[in-house]
Amino acid sequence: MGDTAVVAGQIFNGISVGSILLLAALGLVLSFGVMKVINMAHGEMLMVGGYLSYLTFHHAHGPLALPAAMLVSFVGATLLGAILDLTIIRHLYGRPLDTLIVTWGISLIFQQGARSLFGAIGVDVTAPQWLQNSISINHGLLAGVDLPYVRLFIIGVALVVLAVVALCIGRTRWGTMLRAVHQDREMAAALGVNTHLIDLAVFALGTGIAGLAGSVLALIAPVTPTVGQSYIVYAFLVVIVGGPGSLIGAALAALCVGLFSATAQIFTSVSLSDVFLLVAVILFIQFRPKGIVATHSRLLEDA
Amino acid sequence: MLALEGVTAAYGMSPVLYDIDLRVGPAGTTSLLGRNGVGKTTLLRTIAGLHPVLAGKILFDGEDITKIKAFERARRGIGYVPQGRGVFPHLTVEDNLRVAFAAFSSRDIKIEYTVPSYVYELFPVLHKIRNRKGGLLSGGEQQQLSIGRALVTRPKLLIFDEPTEGIQPSIVQQIEEAIRRIQTELKVSILLVEHLDFVWSIADHFYVMRKGRIVDEGNPQAREAESVVPLLSV
Repeated sequence: MGDTAVVAGQIFNGISVGSILLLAALGLVLSFGVMKVINMAHGEMLMVGGYLSYLTFHHAHGPLALPAAMLVSFVGATLLGAILDLTIIRHLYGRPLDTLIVTWGISLIFQQGARSLFGAIGVDVTAPQWLQNSISINHGLLAGVDLPYVRLFIIGVALVVLAVVALCIGRTRWGTMLRAVHQDREMAAALGVNTHLIDLAVFALGTGIAGLAGSVLALIAPVTPTVGQSYIVYAFLVVIVGGPGSLIGAALAALCVGLFSATAQIFTSVSLSDVFLLVAVILFIQFRPKGIVATHSRLLEDA
Repeated sequence: MLALEGVTAAYGMSPVLYDIDLRVGPAGTTSLLGRNGVGKTTLLRTIAGLHPVLAGKILFDGEDITKIKAFERARRGIGYVPQGRGVFPHLTVEDNLRVAFAAFSSRDIKIEYTVPSYVYELFPVLHKIRNRKGGLLSGGEQQQLSIGRALVTRPKLLIFDEPTEGIQPSIVQQIEEAIRRIQTELKVSILLVEHLDFVWSIADHFYVMRKGRIVDEGNPQAREAESVVPLLSV
């Protein structure tokens, strides 16, 4: 396996990790961007999605098991998010510190709940037959590079989700209202936009996407009670680097973070590459505190 | 149409409005005068539902709306053109206008999701710049957009908070003319905070505020503008 092939392989890994990060971070981008709510329990939605996927695979077999599992995870996490918003999040509106602590508490409850129900050791989801192969390149410069179908599938899912969310926000009446709430909440309300309903929809959609992320993540890694924890930090990095509320920013940032860790891992260990990643992010926000996609306009400069 | 009875409001622990009684008729223009910091903007925000009421009642069309949220008030027909214009900076002019369709939800209006023609007729410039982002417009254009957008909600009452503040004189005339036409042609009832000259030329009733209270009211036709000047000076 030549050097070029190693680099190419890691780049592919980076893109693959980036696409999972994107799915994990999209919900955070939405809920932080629109509602200014930092949801510490977002990672647990991913974990819940993973376990829902596991349960679905336990009961369903055949070619439709995977789509069914993804659907169950998405719907389950969406409902869970809606319940969280209705019962807790909206009552803490405008109290960021309280929200932080309460959602952290929720995340602990969910982790312990999962531990009690499924045990501390992870459960495995076996990818369906048609995803178990891979594209192997045997000739030329890239000889030795292996592209597993399941990773390609996850990249595809991330792209589709990103496109659907972008279309919803950019092209629908609901999306226009969402953007209005994001830009000036009071004014949107004064024009008749039901801001509570928009918040509910944004939060539930965000947790739903996290659930979906959990279900595809289960295809390549065991689902454990703490699986959310291991992704949430990177997801927050993606939000910071991408700039809250920006989908394009999130996509680029997820790609950057994924590629950066994967590339750094060629030269050093996993933990050291995390150190380098954090240092890089800290340096980055010194120069672009508002993220990759910082927007400027007359009104924002006044604020 | 709109009646405030003993409305009191505060920022945190410090009261800014005391026992406000105010009435706006079903047609014509009512105006609120007073120097800076006496609570005019807070009062308008309270009526729009953006600031909580501590005591007292707000009635609109005979119904108590004191506890009703801002978006519900917009749906019942209270339009609001805020100070600073409140344009959505990253939405195009047309999308800014479209957001106001939200006011038709749960309301018995046959909905057409196109911007009504009278908006572009009142403000032709909006049609010309309809694909431009709100944040890139000049102050005058933003003000016209803000008024046009409030009109899309088909308000029965339109609240203006200093619509000509900080806008170049040639546009000020256009905006004042538009407000006159909104009153006479669209038959929208108006509650206005503006400078004395304009108030005297358009309003049929005025209130003067001082330190969070209404201290004078009357009919501009029956009073000399000079009679309220002492209340407006420092």
